[in-house]
Amino acid sequence: MPYNLVVLVKQVPDTKRITGEAMRDDGTVNRGSLPAIFNPEDLHALELALQLRERYGGRVTVITMGPPQACQVLRDSLERGADDVVLITDRRAAASDTLATSYILSCAVRKVAEKAAVDLVLCGRQAIDGDTAQVPPQTAEKLGWPQVTYVESVEEIAGGRLRAKRSTGSGWERVEAPMPCLLTVTDQGPEPRPASAKRIMAIKRARSRAELQGEVAAAMPAATPEAVAAEVEKRAAALAAKGLLIPQWTLDDIRADLQWCGRDGSPTKVKRIQSVILKGSGFKKVEPTKEAVADMIHELIEDHTIG
Amino acid sequence: MTEPNRKGDVWVIAEQNDGELHDVSLELLSKGRQLADTLGVRLAAVLLGAKVQEHAQRLVQHGADTVLAGEDNRLGHYQTNPFAKIVAGLVQKHRPQIVIFGATPVGRDLAPRVASAVRAGLTADCTDLDIGEHVEAHTNQKYENLLYQIRPAFGGNIIATIVNPERWPQMATVREGVMRMPDADVKRRGQITRFTPDLAASDFALKILEHQSAVRKVNLKAARIIVAGGAGVGSKENFRLVWDLANALGAAAGASRAAVDSGWIDKDHQVGQTGTTVRPALYIAIGISGAVQHRAGMSEAQKIVAINADPKAPIFAVAHYGIVGDLNRVVPMMIDAIKKRV
Repeated sequence: MPYNLVVLVKQVPDTKRITGEAMRDDGTVNRGSLPAIFNPEDLHALELALQLRERYGGRVTVITMGPPQACQVLRDSLERGADDVVLITDRRAAASDTLATSYILSCAVRKVAEKAAVDLVLCGRQAIDGDTAQVPPQTAEKLGWPQVTYVESVEEIAGGRLRAKRSTGSGWERVEAPMPCLLTVTDQGPEPRPASAKRIMAIKRARSRAELQGEVAAAMPAATPEAVAAEVEKRAAALAAKGLLIPQWTLDDIRADLQWCGRDGSPTKVKRIQSVILKGSGFKKVEPTKEAVADMIHELIEDHTIG
Repeated sequence: MTEPNRKGDVWVIAEQNDGELHDVSLELLSKGRQLADTLGVRLAAVLLGAKVQEHAQRLVQHGADTVLAGEDNRLGHYQTNPFAKIVAGLVQKHRPQIVIFGATPVGRDLAPRVASAVRAGLTADCTDLDIGEHVEAHTNQKYENLLYQIRPAFGGNIIATIVNPERWPQMATVREGVMRMPDADVKRRGQITRFTPDLAASDFALKILEHQSAVRKVNLKAARIIVAGGAGVGSKENFRLVWDLANALGAAAGASRAAVDSGWIDKDHQVGQTGTTVRPALYIAIGISGAVQHRAGMSEAQKIVAINADPKAPIFAVAHYGIVGDLNRVVPMMIDAIKKRV
């Protein structure tokens, strides 16, 4: 039986490559200076979805919320084998915390479900920029669905129920959940496949309207807004004819109630951000000699740290 | 969710699984006690399980004024839906001002589900909590006695302080091992309210077919002394030095992520943001450069000895004793000195 699978993904700054240059003088992070990547655990969620489609049939729809450049993770998803992708982009969604983000994503899943009921939503366990792991359970709650977190594998889907193995931190569980439900997948999930070279050639030109807008405005700096809009429409129509126009939804398209979105919909506020600065309190320098090391050990015994 | 309830209690959601009370619950009570005393309100614990009486008393002995103890045979082993339904229901009924959970796999599964149900803000994986005031930048409105939710973000490169000015309760998950675990005061008395949660069979839609807990081979959190090795140790064979020093001291062996990723030692030994957070009496860092993620897991140790060939290694910034030199020479000197003294 084919299943309608939705994967929620995020484009994140590569926090492993953070350097001093990525920090502004006021201690905030200049995200623009970091390479943007596909959130690593989301790739495992996508791979699990693709494998389930190969096993049971169905469709894999990948959704991301973000600025126009987040389309890169959607192209990447198409290259790896996703059937459909959608960009949620809307200035009014800016400054959304996890609660507001989960509300918006739940509205997007409902919108996908208007065409055909969604059986399963898959997410990476957490994103490497915030490390909160909150958005998936909050999205499941908003959909009123069960959640299975920290999934490592799906054994079987049968009779409207799914069997999965999940980590519990101190061990593992095998669980059976009714569908529809939401899974979060860890890096112990299936190893992501590389993009197919054939698909890369076909898909590298795929664009969303938001991206076209930026490209056309840059290419025609002297043009009137009307002329830019006309050119965007022309290019969008050409891409759409080839199936290369990435659909883009606003908060209106997914009928999100604005009071639960963006800054207004976010109970948490960032009061302060501090760079992690080394204390530099000064330490007692011990020479690497027998005598000095023995003196240090003696001090540690004297103050009862050792013994 | 709702209007702030400034007289609301501080709540700790205790974690009990398969009859065991998780240490993080007691750690949360010590921080919760401070917060409640600062605010002049009561500290309450919520405990759910198949049997609750014994652990409810332990929660009182560790600082709770009241315990809401929900008992049902089906609650012996954690699963999301029934636990979330009960906790969300209690929060809506009693309107606490602060609700804290352990940032354990269970707490991080449960807390967002509850926060979403009551439409409250939630901050993940806090390393500290405090009470303070806040002026909202774009309205200039001043708020008093807010919960500061302090956490690392961006791979540990920044520390963010989060507040929830208007929509309460203020909710957070708190990392294991970063708060002190107080001793029990067996004379302490509190009010334990047992109740039977209102649960339907449909709340248990998820079936746990099988579960297994792997026994941790090492308990870093309980160790008084930890000797830890990092990339500078160089090889699995050379990691013997770390074990030898640990054995000489009766200490536990720890490791940085680099050493674990290289396969020199099991992941159970990893100290740091993705491993265990420790606060031993003595931490000896051998060949560990001290990336921020590692320091986040050990900088609260009472004494830190760092041995590294690179004088600029960040580990020295948190060290009390620093030895710039070749660990292959220095570590045997330490073992020698220890053996001669005892």
